Amino acid sequence: MGDNPSSRSENATASDSGVTGRHTRGAGTGVSPSSHDEPPFGGGGALPKKTRFGMEAGFKGLSVAAGAMVLVIIVAIAIFLISKAVPAIRADNENFLTFNQWFPNETEPRFGIAVLAFGTVLTSIIALLVAVPIALGIALFLSHYAPKRLATPLGFVIDLLAAVPSVVFGLWGRDVFMEPVREFSGWLNKYFSWIPIFGGDGPFGRSVLLGSLVLAIMVLPIVTSLSREVFRQTPGMNEEAALALGATKWEMIRTAVLPYGKPGVIAAVMLGLGRALGETIALAMTLGIVFNISFNIIENGGNSIAANIANAFGEANETGRGALIASGLVLFAITLVVNMAARAIIYRRREFRDSAA
Amino acid sequence: MAKRIEASNVSSYYGSFKAIDSVSMTVEPKTITALIGPSGCGKSTFLRSVNRMHEVLPGARIEGSLTIDDQNIYDPDVDVTAVRRMIGMVFQRPNPFPTMSIYENVVAGLKLNGVKKKSVLDDAAEQSLKSANLWNEVKDRLNRPGAGLSGGQQQRLCIARTIAVEPQVVLMDEPCSALDPISTLAIEDLMFKLKDRFTIIIVTHNMQQAARVSDKTGFFSIDKTGDPGRLIEYDDTQKIFSNPTEKKTEDYITGRFG
Repeated sequence: MGDNPSSRSENATASDSGVTGRHTRGAGTGVSPSSHDEPPFGGGGALPKKTRFGMEAGFKGLSVAAGAMVLVIIVAIAIFLISKAVPAIRADNENFLTFNQWFPNETEPRFGIAVLAFGTVLTSIIALLVAVPIALGIALFLSHYAPKRLATPLGFVIDLLAAVPSVVFGLWGRDVFMEPVREFSGWLNKYFSWIPIFGGDGPFGRSVLLGSLVLAIMVLPIVTSLSREVFRQTPGMNEEAALALGATKWEMIRTAVLPYGKPGVIAAVMLGLGRALGETIALAMTLGIVFNISFNIIENGGNSIAANIANAFGEANETGRGALIASGLVLFAITLVVNMAARAIIYRRREFRDSAA
Repeated sequence: MAKRIEASNVSSYYGSFKAIDSVSMTVEPKTITALIGPSGCGKSTFLRSVNRMHEVLPGARIEGSLTIDDQNIYDPDVDVTAVRRMIGMVFQRPNPFPTMSIYENVVAGLKLNGVKKKSVLDDAAEQSLKSANLWNEVKDRLNRPGAGLSGGQQQRLCIARTIAVEPQVVLMDEPCSALDPISTLAIEDLMFKLKDRFTIIIVTHNMQQAARVSDKTGFFSIDKTGDPGRLIEYDDTQKIFSNPTEKKTEDYITGRFG
């Protein structure tokens, strides 16, 4: 089977360019080749030879090269990160993983990733906790509840939200959103200060809560539009099967739509998490940028790997830059672990997915 | 366990398009009724109107009256989910839930109705699968995905899922059209067996099948594309296939038309 297209393409190129290639088809018929006597595409005469270098081989080469390029880029990034990070970590006078200050530019550099990694993970998790339920709600509304003439423009607006540059979110978060969050934080502190995360005596505002909420708004459109797509792809016949068993609309969604969309939703959440973990400028502008590990989310404070890189890179010396790159390597490792975990979850019920087709 | 369906002057619409015009028929309990006719003549639309699946599509509505043992199916006060539990449906293409195991598929309807007790579910699963002539083939792999079965097995799984909720009436929309002859035969055998407990209405393109399985046959037809489908003749299967009253029916079953 695989040879058919290539032999046909050879015939096409031969007659297009007017070379003697058509003899291979006309051979043995004993008639002078004219356009009327040409055998049909299906054959006649001797079997044509396989093309050695044609479009087939060209496209194959291009796609293999494109695939290989991904690997090359990943390896190149890893080499770059490691080669810059290792000397800096060697120069560190404290434990890089556990020390919770960041003084890499001094003559005796002392720095550690602990605060930054903690802050990165904390802000991302809170952002997802806020964003994912809302995003799934919007996605279900758009795919199954909203009338079409409402769903289309609303979906467009959501996609537009994804196109807002993160620096704009940062500015907005710092100049507009901070005030309501400060008031809300005060309220939380007044009534729920017995919960440690809402404790403290202030000041409030430029806090993990503000950064996380801004992140949540940024993650929302990604999770929403991907989830909406997978929910939309639920086979109609499965939805009908659920309805015909006497399911209400919500029961139908629970029986047919959500289980079917689960791997896609997990993938969407992981993409959102990837964005949250790597988000730089919006967090650099909204977090308090302090170096301590605290679960208090409403007091001024918070920091993240990417925000710290953005804030500290300008004044960093050689070792300082190496230290920042080392922190980037840790961020790389965190996202890698998160992605692999997500793949593992999706892979676990693969059998049920594959047989679904 | 089986109820009478009575349709009088049922017309179904998709938006402004009238798909069937003024269909009236009575389906007796514990019988098999076959609906035959050319493509696009409204058989499936009529079938879907019986358990209110028609209205799932946007803009779809019906006129006329449909009753099950003299209760109006389309009464505004009637809970539509109750109607669908009472009147189960098997679709043209086997549609087990792809994310569920064989066992979970069979008990899906019961779980929707709030049955949680493991022993009740286990019993129902076994009974339904036995009724659907599938138990022996799947009893050792109930936790395997339902979508991993063959097409014929999947369709019997869907029948098991439908009868697990103990409906009064089972509607089948071309249940064998995606199946090979052996699987088709298995489903036909199953229909005879289920006739003792359920009222069955089946839409089929296969006239031999209609002649083999049904007690009564309704012939639907359209004059031309765009016209609504009509019930041309509805009578004992024996009579439809040996001595139909209408010329159109005769043309269709003898293969001169459609």
